[in-house]
This record gives sequence, C-alpha cells and structure tokens, in this order.
Amino acid sequence: MAEELKDIVLNYVVKEYLEDDSEPLTYETPLISGGIVDSFSMVSLKRFLENKYAISIPDDEATPEAFDSVNKIVSLVERFVAKKG
Amino acid sequence: MSNIGSYDERVKNFSWAIAEKELGWKPNDVINIGWYCTDRICRQGKGSKVALHWEGHTGVEKIYTYNDIRLATNTIGAFLRGLGIKPEERVCLFMDRIPELYLGFLGILKIGAIAQPLFSAFGDESLLVRLSNAETSAVITQKKHAPKVRKILDKLPHLRHLIIVDHDGAAPLKDREVVFSLEKSAPVDDFDVYPTTAESPSVLHYTSGTTGMPKGVKHVHYSLISQYLTAKWALDLRDDDIYWCTADPGWVTGTSYGIIAPFALGITQCVLDAGFSAEAWYKWIERLRVTMWYSAPTAIRSLMKAGDEIVKKYDLSSLRHLASVGEPLNSEAVVWSEKVFGKPFYDTYWQTETGSIVIGNYPGMEVRPGSMGKPFPGITGTVLDPVKNEPYPTRGKIGLVALKFDWPSRMRTYWNNEEAFQKKFRNGWYITGDRSKLDADGYFWFAGRDDDIINTAGHLVSPFEVESALLEHPAVAESAVVSKPDPLNLEVVKAFVTLKPGFAASSDLDLEIMNFIRKKLSPLAMPQEIEFVPSLPKTRSGKIMRRLLHAKEWGEEIGDTSTLEND
Repeated sequence: MAEELKDIVLNYVVKEYLEDDSEPLTYETPLISGGIVDSFSMVSLKRFLENKYAISIPDDEATPEAFDSVNKIVSLVERFVAKKG
Repeated sequence: MSNIGSYDERVKNFSWAIAEKELGWKPNDVINIGWYCTDRICRQGKGSKVALHWEGHTGVEKIYTYNDIRLATNTIGAFLRGLGIKPEERVCLFMDRIPELYLGFLGILKIGAIAQPLFSAFGDESLLVRLSNAETSAVITQKKHAPKVRKILDKLPHLRHLIIVDHDGAAPLKDREVVFSLEKSAPVDDFDVYPTTAESPSVLHYTSGTTGMPKGVKHVHYSLISQYLTAKWALDLRDDDIYWCTADPGWVTGTSYGIIAPFALGITQCVLDAGFSAEAWYKWIERLRVTMWYSAPTAIRSLMKAGDEIVKKYDLSSLRHLASVGEPLNSEAVVWSEKVFGKPFYDTYWQTETGSIVIGNYPGMEVRPGSMGKPFPGITGTVLDPVKNEPYPTRGKIGLVALKFDWPSRMRTYWNNEEAFQKKFRNGWYITGDRSKLDADGYFWFAGRDDDIINTAGHLVSPFEVESALLEHPAVAESAVVSKPDPLNLEVVKAFVTLKPGFAASSDLDLEIMNFIRKKLSPLAMPQEIEFVPSLPKTRSGKIMRRLLHAKEWGEEIGDTSTLEND
C-alpha cells in the first residue's frame, strides 16, 4: 500500500499546491517548512486524506512536522488506517 | 534603560519633531523612504554594516550590507525607470520573502513610484481585484507565481510589464514579460533618487472591507516619521540589535516594520523565508543571535503548542525584547513567554490604515497580560459610545476604539474610494472597527470587531469577498460566511452553503469548494469548515442574516430576530 499511497499523495500535492510544476517534488521534499503547503492549506490536505482513506486525523496529530513531506504524511495515514483495522 | 524611558514623560513632552530632527528632516524638505533606508545610513558611515541576513527554505543564505542594499535598490530603480515607469505609477511586488521583495520595495520608492505589495499566496481572483483597482503598471514576481498573473493578463489593460526575477530561460517569455536579475545586473552607484515630498504617495496596501471589495490604503513618504519613532520606542530597536520581524511584506507589518523602520534605523535584520516550524524558528534565533523578535499571536500559540521542552534544546539567551502584533495577544501567551523565554511578549496594536503602532505596551511600562496597552505618545485614543459617538464619560464600558487622525503614518485615503474613507470617521474620530474598553489606568482591553470582518491569524478576510467567490462555484446557490473560534488562529473562515438543484452535499464536494476558494482567493480565505444547509436565515427583505450564524458559532445570544423571514 505504501508505494501506491506515496504516489497518490505526491500527485495530489503537485496538482493542488505546487505553483511551479517545473520544480521537482520528491517524497522527501519539505512541504510545510519548504513553503509549498502553508498551515491554512494543510487543512485541505488533511481533509483530502481523511476523505480518501475514511480516517479521522485529530488536530493535535495534524502538526506541521507530521505533514512536512510525502513520506511523513504516508506514515501518519498508515498509522490511522491501521488503527481503523 | 529602554529607548522610550518614561512613558508618562514622553507623553507629556511629545512632538513628532523629535523624529524629524533625528532623521534630519525639516518641513518642505524632500523625503524619500528609499533614500532614508539606504543612502542615508551609508552616509552615516555604516555602509559595511549588515542590513539584511536572509535565508531561504533550501538553506541558501544571502547577506547584504547597507552599501549592498543601496546599490541594489538603485539598480532596481534604474531598471524600472528604463521600462518607463513614472512617479506615482503602481508597481506590484508579488513574491515570496526573497531579497528582491525587500530591495524591490525600496527601489520602487526611490523612483517615486508607489509600491503595491501583494501576498504571494493570493489566487488569481484576489490579484485581479487588487491590480484592477490600482491600475497597476508593472508586477514584479517569480516564475513560480507568474502563471497566476498570466491567467488574468487579458483583464488588466493597464499592466504593461510582468517582471520575472528568476527566469531561467527554460520557457520562452510571453506577452508583456521581461526578465530582471539582480545578480546579473551591473550595480548602479550614482542614482538620482526622485525628490518625493511628505505627501507623495509611497505604499498601497489592500485591506478587506465588510461590504465591498478590498480597499487600497494609500500611504505617503511622511509615514517614515511614525514608523521610525515607533520602532525605536515601542519595539525598542537599538543600533546593535539583530532584529527578526516574522511578518510577510505582503501585509503592512512586513513593510512598516519589516522594511521601512529597521532600515531607516540602520539596524541589522534577518529574514527566514520558510514555512513555520518551531524547531526551525528556535534554531534561527540561536544561530543568528536574534535580540529583538516581532511576531504574531498565532505564531506564539503555535510555539506554545509545540511545547516547553523543545525550547530547552536551544540557546535563546540573545533575546532581549519581544513584541507581538496582528490579533489580540491572549494573556496565556504572555505568561507562557515569560515562563519559557524569561520575558513577556509586548502586545502592539495598529492597522493597515494607521501605518504604524498606535497603541501598545512599552518597555519599562507594566505589562498587563491580555491588554493592548496605551496610546503611543502623540496619539489620542479613546473608547467611543457607539450611540452618541462621544468618548464614554466613565471607563470600563465596551465601545469603539477611536483615534484622533493626526499622526504622520495615517492613511491618506482609500485608493479611488474617498467615500469609503470618509465613512471611517464619526464626530471627528477615526473609527478603527475594533471594540474595547479602558481600565482605570488607561489601558485598552480588546473586546472584538465591530463588523463582520474575520481576523484569522492576524489577517483580515472579508466575508463578502468569500461569499462572492463561493457563488462562482457551479454547485453553490447561496452562501453566508462568518468567523468561527479557533484555538490557534483566533478565528477561521466558516461558510454556510445552500446547493443548486442536482448537487448533493458530500465530503468530496466540501473539499472541492475549499480548494476552489483557496486557489481563487487565498489559503487564508479558504473556509476551514463548510456546512451545507437547506436554507439560510434571511430578513423579510431577503438579506442574509449573517449575525445569526455568527452568534451560533460563538455560542452568543441571537438577539433580535423580529426581522427574520418566516419560512
């Protein structure tokens, strides 16, 4: 699941948040600290993940650090998907 | 001893001539902010002092001395003149917090043109409204933001130049586009700074209105007098400070106190162009040995959320003075800051329209956590009875924050909208739109907005603008936008929406509408919650009663509903 999930999140970030699509985005590119996704936009990214994977991420888990790269987001989502069973 | 010394003494003996004298300016002299921030400091023998220490999110650093910024602003000014930009034409800065934003701002002022900074996260609709209203002649931007301008270029007949500062040649330039590279341009040493005078327009910042579209707040070069003195006394900026203002120059704090004031004082300031992260911020303070830190309540609350333990990992002992602006600073944040940094954040209060701090807590004065403080010396502030439009005869009552409109950095008008400007006054008082009360000792205590404007993380969002944009979404029939409480951002945008026939509420539609607004207006304006409702409360004349929805969100009394339409 991880690889597929990584690509889904990466493609979504590129489509929705990357203003200059000539800039390469990798699984490790800093999203929040790198200024690609701001703290307000993070809310819509969180909503996307919750809708797509039928999970609920509590606000105290949705930190700038937890959303700072595709890899970190994938870890977070996997944790909540596993919790759901 | 702080720069302000005794607040009471300063109030007693105050005159703006103090700042004029320190700046070597006399009435009717030329006054150009660009010159004061660069050439004047070099003439004082501080040309080799660091003016700007900048770091980008990839870790790239750039350091500019005062002589470097003098040359760079000359170079930008010469380039703009070469394009045919004339005094008083509007030149928009639409960039991230890169050096060209700071230097471009001063370069524009040096040729007598008007700097129009716009927040780089604005969507194309937000841009269009502001560039159309200002009839902007040129936009300076980065290649990553250029597509948003290209999208609306056909609707901007006045826009002659789209200047790209980091064009790499990968894609060909399009209509009206031109490249400017600060690094590749030959530095211009001799430059005729345009002889602007006190009332020459300098900066046009756009601010949200309750019922209409955003309004361009027109400032003039004489604003320097207020910005200089308030930075010196309220922010206590000193010659040996390493100053960090976290505000983006897309907003007024980022220009008044992120460009004009520190450079006019010859201070070294640092800029971190990266998204928020507690670790990165503390690391930055430690590494740069920041002494004066001017930030905002949302950032402070985010740091509180990150916890106390992380603070202990860094040496923050360089911090000498802390101040805050943008939204009311809650008392918990002041107390927390004293606990973890050993000093409180001093709240300051002002607006785009005031151009500089008008009420504040000053070094040496007792800080009352949660209070806005007292009027800056030379400023007359009061709490007005909203019915009589006169100051309350006794203290303690909540009313309108009102000011005598007579300090140097006050706005001169709203761009092309004198009518809206005149509406800001009642009985000779400038009405800020905020409510507060005064305590027995003259401290102001914030009590909320007096209109529907939403203050989210210190940025004002107009419900009207969001509602208008929502109606452009194919699924939306009607909408009402209000604020809802938020522990981090004070308030966030919430939208109530009715759908057109054939559309059904769903979580996917919810996300689609959120993203629609985010891209069209800005992430700040994006509703963080959308509630789909079968109908909206309206008066019998069909006006949506936003007040009822606001009261519901804030758990307040609904009040008079006699005009409510009976469904």
